[in-house]
Amino acid sequence: MSAGHHRFVSTDRRVREDRRFVAGKGRFVADIDLPNTKHVALVTCPYPAARMISIDKRAALAMPGVHYVLDGRELAAATLPLMTGLDTPNVPRRPLAVDTARYSGEWVAAVVADTRALAEDAAEEIDIRYEPLPFVLDAEQAIEPGAVLVHEAHGSNVLLDRTFVWGEVEKDFAASPRRLSLRVKWGRSSTVPIETFGVVASWDPWRDVLDVYASIQMPKYPEQIAMALRLPASAVRVHYDVDVGGSYGVKRGIKHSVLVAYLTRRLGFPVRLVEDRLENMRGGDAHGPERLFDVDVAFDDSGIVRSMKMRALENVGAYAGRSPFQLGKPIGAIVGPYKIKSVQYRAIAAVTNKTTQDAVRGFGQAPTNLALERMMDEVGNVLGLDPLELRRRNMIQHEEFPYTIPSGTTYDSGDYHTVVDKVVAHTSYHEIKAERDRLRAEGKLAGIGVAACLEPSGGNASFEPLLNPKNATTTWMDSCRIDVDLTAAITATMHTSSAGQGHETLVATVIGEVVGRDPDSIRVVRANSLNSLPSNSPVGSRMAIMLGGAAFHAAHKLKAKLAAIGAHDLGIPAEHAVYEQGNVYDRAAPDKRRTWEELVAIAHRNFHRLPEGFEPGLAVAHVYQVPTGGTLPTADGRVQMYPCFSFEFHLLLLSIDPDLGTPRIVRYRLGHDCGTVINPKIVRGMTMGGIAHGIGAALYEEFAYNEDGQLIAQTFMDYLLPSSHEVPAVEIIHHETPSPHTVLGQKGSGESGYLGAPAAVANAINDAIRPLGISINTLPLNVSKLGDLIAEARARKGN
Amino acid sequence: MKAAPFEYSRVANVDEACAMLASDESARVIAGGQTLVPMMAMRLARPTRLIDINRIIELSYIRSDGDAISIGATTRQCLVERDALIAANLPLLARALPFVGHAATRARGTIGGSLANADPAAELPLIAITLDAVLAYRVGGRTEEIAARDFYIGPMTTSLPSDAILTSVQLPIWLGKVGVGFYEVNARRSDFAFVAAAAQVELNDDGRCKRIAIGVGAATDFPIRLVNTEEQLKGSALDAATVKGAVIEALADVTPLSDLHASAEYRRRVAVSLATRAVADARSDALGKKLHAN
Amino acid sequence: MRIKLTVNGAENTLEVEPRTTLLDCLRDHLGLKGAHAGCEHGVCGACTVLFDGVAVRSCLMFAPQAEGTPITTIEGVTPGPGELSPLQDAFCETHGLQCGYCTPAMILVAHALLADNPNPTRDDIVEAISGNLCRCTGYAQIVEAIALAADRIRGSNRPSELRK
Repeated sequence: MSAGHHRFVSTDRRVREDRRFVAGKGRFVADIDLPNTKHVALVTCPYPAARMISIDKRAALAMPGVHYVLDGRELAAATLPLMTGLDTPNVPRRPLAVDTARYSGEWVAAVVADTRALAEDAAEEIDIRYEPLPFVLDAEQAIEPGAVLVHEAHGSNVLLDRTFVWGEVEKDFAASPRRLSLRVKWGRSSTVPIETFGVVASWDPWRDVLDVYASIQMPKYPEQIAMALRLPASAVRVHYDVDVGGSYGVKRGIKHSVLVAYLTRRLGFPVRLVEDRLENMRGGDAHGPERLFDVDVAFDDSGIVRSMKMRALENVGAYAGRSPFQLGKPIGAIVGPYKIKSVQYRAIAAVTNKTTQDAVRGFGQAPTNLALERMMDEVGNVLGLDPLELRRRNMIQHEEFPYTIPSGTTYDSGDYHTVVDKVVAHTSYHEIKAERDRLRAEGKLAGIGVAACLEPSGGNASFEPLLNPKNATTTWMDSCRIDVDLTAAITATMHTSSAGQGHETLVATVIGEVVGRDPDSIRVVRANSLNSLPSNSPVGSRMAIMLGGAAFHAAHKLKAKLAAIGAHDLGIPAEHAVYEQGNVYDRAAPDKRRTWEELVAIAHRNFHRLPEGFEPGLAVAHVYQVPTGGTLPTADGRVQMYPCFSFEFHLLLLSIDPDLGTPRIVRYRLGHDCGTVINPKIVRGMTMGGIAHGIGAALYEEFAYNEDGQLIAQTFMDYLLPSSHEVPAVEIIHHETPSPHTVLGQKGSGESGYLGAPAAVANAINDAIRPLGISINTLPLNVSKLGDLIAEARARKGN
Repeated sequence: MKAAPFEYSRVANVDEACAMLASDESARVIAGGQTLVPMMAMRLARPTRLIDINRIIELSYIRSDGDAISIGATTRQCLVERDALIAANLPLLARALPFVGHAATRARGTIGGSLANADPAAELPLIAITLDAVLAYRVGGRTEEIAARDFYIGPMTTSLPSDAILTSVQLPIWLGKVGVGFYEVNARRSDFAFVAAAAQVELNDDGRCKRIAIGVGAATDFPIRLVNTEEQLKGSALDAATVKGAVIEALADVTPLSDLHASAEYRRRVAVSLATRAVADARSDALGKKLHAN
Repeated sequence: MRIKLTVNGAENTLEVEPRTTLLDCLRDHLGLKGAHAGCEHGVCGACTVLFDGVAVRSCLMFAPQAEGTPITTIEGVTPGPGELSPLQDAFCETHGLQCGYCTPAMILVAHALLADNPNPTRDDIVEAISGNLCRCTGYAQIVEAIALAADRIRGSNRPSELRK
């Protein structure tokens, strides 16, 4: 990674946010103590489906310190259903179930008390009579005719069923000498941050303002609260200076926020709901994709993949969260880094009596990439082609960029072959193969897994108009404002909360780079939603591109303004003025100059020295449109999904104890190309964190249900996040292919570790067990499943 | 996730604790609390009184009784883990302790607490059963003793009377050419085991097995001793095939647990593998050979 | 009930319900917000504090149980306003964190480790932090931070003529 011509960008600078966190001085939502705050605990439905016959609140309300018990009917009468993306009006989603609950753990009532412990005591005293109803848990069963309906009024369990055909699929299949089919399952897992979701709301009836503090990562958050409460968004003040204790997609929190917002307006004191882990796991916005793929692929004898048919069936849970859209985003990279000419893609989202899903890192791309990369391995396998060679034959060549894939998205840039070459050159591929063979000779099962992945970045939400024709959204902007005060200090404002992505560092670095001032001297603050510019929050791997882009353009506006003031004050033509590190001088006479301090003083004090038409003071702002965004999908469903495409190539060696089924990652090497790296420490951390998360999805983590519809992995004893023991050391090999669409050539980097690791682990396991004549395409693969599978295969083979 | 309300009593001696326990049916003893507190937080346990025995000084000790080591019930797991007397005399216990929870839970967790909690997957009950430990408890002003093999009667269930307090565990010291082996399988290294196996052997001078104890934990409702296997192996050279055959036979009619994390078949099969490996390690250990890596 | 807790060297007399965990007591009664609730059932480690110098889960202890034992929180290892301990500084240097939620606990565990073992191997560090879940970093930069701090502390404790 070279800093090149940059002073600050790409240099190994500290992350400014870290100082407060290492001292325990982050400001998380649970740290916010507003005077007289009361606490919420939730009452949840114990059945996967049930009608509520009666709710008796009397005993709870009689307890000292208990202020209120809210049920679904009261809340529904006073608020509108939550916004969902699809046009499915008969599948309303509300914070508290109204009359019918549709999954075990669904919130049915909320208790408000002096302390959280008291609220929990009272929650136990609420007597609800239920009539259990039939339920359906499996998505395949849910879409069968005659299935139990989760939402009777909707008439079916299908929220979305759309088939896209891009290119001459049938013709390409007919013309291909070889085909194969496979079924791939991605088990229900998610991001599970260590901080649960929390929100504190306080209604001020004298100012008519609702103050909201939340650990939030949700686009249009203030507006969604306002709409549900039938308020103008100008009455909702979301404070973005709350540190979010991890999110990676899931912290959507609308239902929590509408609930406490209603309660504070109703009760007149601040109300706080900080989920405990059980509430979080059972009924918070905690769950992520559970997807079944059926893939048919057509290819030729040399391993060139010509066409693909993919059917993806998503079990979204009981209501439509962001989940159905997670079938849409992968359309923007539906062929991965490969030159597949035509694609048929059928996306089905089914409701079931499981917890509602929400957005997860990669927004659906990780499961799809698992299916794609398993497919590529199987193609190589039937042809006896090395998986690396197979991928090389199919990958888009560097000189073919910009490259338009069948679904209409144009990939900006890439140099996939070089990245792959760098990864295998780093330590030769032969050496790793030899190591695998040594392990096999020792009696281990050992396999090499490779997986490529693209990280679509710069999120622009094009999946919304694509999957919902009533939605014509074509912008997903972000913003930055810069003020230079009378003391000549710079303050930049960002307009969203962060969950550890280092946005303050990003903004300071980019502005410092452009205006030539030390980033450490630049303050970065967060607005609240009433004094902010438009932002869409850090989703879709977009902030380096979008917030970085906004900061860059705002900084250029500032620079231009200062140059013009300098030229005017020096009495030289604008084109003679040179701006350098905040000072302006005359190209022809470098001694003729105005310092940064002088220029700022002119702007603030000396209107008479400003160029004509200039506003006094030094304030600039930029609202940045997503590069390449701005157009609606075509009628046949082609769309420019995201602007930039980072690339990763994962290569790992894994061994399995054949008697125990215990996998161990022996080596992990990664090629990584996210264009220009703005902060190397941040990019490395994101990449490593993504890999750890991906290893969790592949081997450990699942929101498992039993046949009775109960979530049985609802604590950290059973939902297993990888610890330091389970995450191997990873060698990261960098490459930089700048994006032509972004201000510094940067692309996104928060997701690709997670997008590639599960596929690489699955491929390694399959390579390891292939000598036993078996394969497996279901994640997660826990030791028992893997051990039992190996034992059966060995029994068949007679050893 | 807050505990239901309770009264808190800190007691200074065992008999005071016993009397309090006898007088209040819904009282519970808290030692390290590393299992009880989360159960209370989830309101799966809701004692109305907690009797804190952590300050009873006479319950925290590690002592040699000549041919056995006695460990007081409230002795912290981390102290036992680091104790030289234990390392020298109870190598199997020393080997198993690092597998008990995490360092942070071993810092609070007690020996007696884990023994009395009787989690099928816990390491300490397995060691107690494997080594023929004797547990002592106070009840009604008397001290009673019970063999570990009679103490465990079901998952999370012991024969400890409801008004009794476990006071110590006594583990016999094996002398001679002794070696130990311990294995467990779990998803993450510090989780509860899906299957665990412990073995301790004493070899004759000719390298044949003089004495052997093999225990399997986490596979069944409570840890089991493979008594028949032990009998078969006495006098043998502990060669791999003989050991494996004898272990398979012993585990053929147990009813393994099945849950989210591991199937019954997995547990049965892996119990065989781990017990076989534990015996092999114990033999190598006794012979002074290098151990296999786990 | 009335209890006395010694936290970061200061003695505090507090009125708490017996069911108050040490974690909630530190946060809600003493305003020490550096200890965080992650799972409240003893798995994630985000609530870790030092109990007589040893890392323990503050969610797994009721406040009255903590009487008489010195407790150290992240606020207690921070040298002064705006100042960082060598470990805290090393976490900044390697960026051994992202969201910062598990970070105070990680640093306290590292303090306990280095007090016990000034020269830890990578495996020692991995083992020491294995009871503390971090969802952001994949642990690599945390391990590096602790190794860096150990190295710096050893260096600064070496006689000056032997320092590099």
